Amino acid sequence: MGIKVDIEKCIGCSLCVKACSQNAITIVNKKATIDLSKCNLCAACIEACKKYQAITIEKESSTKLENIQNYKNVAVFVEQRDENIAGVSFEMLGEGRKLADQLGEKLIAVLLGFNMHQKAEELILFGADIVYYYDSKLLKNFQDDSYAQILSDFIVQKKPSIVLAGATSIGRSFIPKVAARVCGGLTADCTKLEIDVQKRLLLGTRPAFGGNLMATIICPHHRPQMATVRHKVMKPAQKDINRKGNVTIKNIEDASLFIRTKLLNTVKETETTVNITEADIIVSGGRGMQDPKNMKLLQDLAEVLGGAVGASRAAVDAGWIPYSHQVGQTGKTVCPKLYIACGISGSIQHMAGMQSSEFIIAINKDPNADIFQIANLGVVGDALEILPALTKAFKEQLGKK
Amino acid sequence: MNIVVCIKQVPGTTKVKINPDTGTLIRDGVEAVINPFDEYAIEEALRIKERVGNATVKVISMGPPQAEDALRTALSLGADEAFLISDKAFAGADTWATSYTLSLGIKHLGKTDLVICGKQAIDGDTAQVGPGLAEMLGIPFVAWVKKIEEITPSLIRVQRMMEDGYDVIETSLPALITVVKEINVPRMASLKGKMRAKKAVIPVLNFQTLNPDPDKIGLKGSPTQVLRSFVPERKSGGEKISGETSELVERIKKTILDLNVIK
Repeated sequence: MGIKVDIEKCIGCSLCVKACSQNAITIVNKKATIDLSKCNLCAACIEACKKYQAITIEKESSTKLENIQNYKNVAVFVEQRDENIAGVSFEMLGEGRKLADQLGEKLIAVLLGFNMHQKAEELILFGADIVYYYDSKLLKNFQDDSYAQILSDFIVQKKPSIVLAGATSIGRSFIPKVAARVCGGLTADCTKLEIDVQKRLLLGTRPAFGGNLMATIICPHHRPQMATVRHKVMKPAQKDINRKGNVTIKNIEDASLFIRTKLLNTVKETETTVNITEADIIVSGGRGMQDPKNMKLLQDLAEVLGGAVGASRAAVDAGWIPYSHQVGQTGKTVCPKLYIACGISGSIQHMAGMQSSEFIIAINKDPNADIFQIANLGVVGDALEILPALTKAFKEQLGKK
Repeated sequence: MNIVVCIKQVPGTTKVKINPDTGTLIRDGVEAVINPFDEYAIEEALRIKERVGNATVKVISMGPPQAEDALRTALSLGADEAFLISDKAFAGADTWATSYTLSLGIKHLGKTDLVICGKQAIDGDTAQVGPGLAEMLGIPFVAWVKKIEEITPSLIRVQRMMEDGYDVIETSLPALITVVKEINVPRMASLKGKMRAKKAVIPVLNFQTLNPDPDKIGLKGSPTQVLRSFVPERKSGGEKISGETSELVERIKKTILDLNVIK
């Protein structure tokens, strides 16, 4: 078990040495040698050695596994908050449908809530073949314990081969608990899902290292194969009013739920009227906004465009805007259709949180700002002058329509 | 009150750059640091100790022998004790196997009232070990904590950050929370703390100490496996324009309208 270099195949080209982020590989006697105390099995060397295929990671399969053939179908955890189904859940249904079709399996939607029977039925129209709706007033609001219990029980009983959920505050909180319980393999925060049809494996690709490295993860010997998936990267399912399917309603007895946390209150921060992780357009500001009162300029443009306001860490740390607006490695990861970066120099941490945006416009006085390296349109100019003029121009333009 | 903080040693990614010729990460001279989110976890534990008085703060890390440096840093900040989980048999663990191994380490430390983790590590970015660990310890879990409103020997009330605001959650202790950046501003190490940390003995918890199920640790005990990893194609910068404000505004406006993103 472990990582091995095939001495016969290795030509000592040292490509793997360059690819290794841990400095674990050296060339000894013209052959690659891996220091196992440094290696973290990231597989970057295997990718680098694609041509010679001299490096392999071998893994013994554990002997106590349940027969993985018993697991089939693709299940999607459908997230709701205040009876509204999260946008990412429709994206999961759209993607789940594709995966299920490739495997020739069924798509199952799992919804937990209270008095949401109609919304449960509608999930069929969005691509599900089967819906399991778990109804209880104790499931109205998300609680880690109850949600983990219900989803784990579902997995144990129905044995889905794949389980998908949105990489949201809720999904990323309780899905790892489910994986821990059912011994499933969980890949976090995927931006791409594929199926190896022959091996019937889910391939989940995800960014790590703040987006500087991508990793494709598989779960060969355990079931289910689980993944949380980022907002806005998959296409949402389209409603088809002619679709038919099966809806099973499970009425859950209160006493059967084991809940140790108590939700005392839910506070909506009105300042963040638009959730930046779900926004199509984000107008974001950084240190270059110079003064807290200038943050209003971002808000004005965001309002006209129907977008949300984001910020760099510098602006948040200066106290100009609450942390919930922060985009970047220590804030939120966003991928809107349009990201307008105003007075943001583009630290690697900030770019990690927004570089997967579909289109990036950067406005900055400094022509050498790093943000220009990833901007589709770089504007060398003063955001404080451009923003109000742009807001005015759009007001006129959109007013005319 | 016994508080355990889980920390991870990570590369200080601020200096990570891509080598344009090979397309790989340049890691030369990159120092290893405590995962930034774990610094908030340490700070919060120290603040709880200051608030309730009778408490100990233990820090624990799983990693290679050099992760001891991160633990010494935690001691210099004021943690009482530090423990390193380290064994070749634990190498290659995914988040599942890491959660399992950490849970054995924490059980080894004796009675624990509160476990605090950073919300995620900045290298793996998974945020899966905290909840997985809570599950394996069999204790309640609250993610994304931005404020501890109250803590007593038997319960904790916290604010959990959500996309649209926050939830106020109360739970009995023992429990595990993961914290976000907003929760505090970490302190700096004192000179006295640094001296103390230098001299401290950090016990190593290895395979023998923890006596794990060999099928649940390391690469073998990990349900997931990296098939391949690669450096993503960088977006190359597009056009860069400059000029009069009115021209720039006109150009930006046209670009946005052409994108067809305004509803």
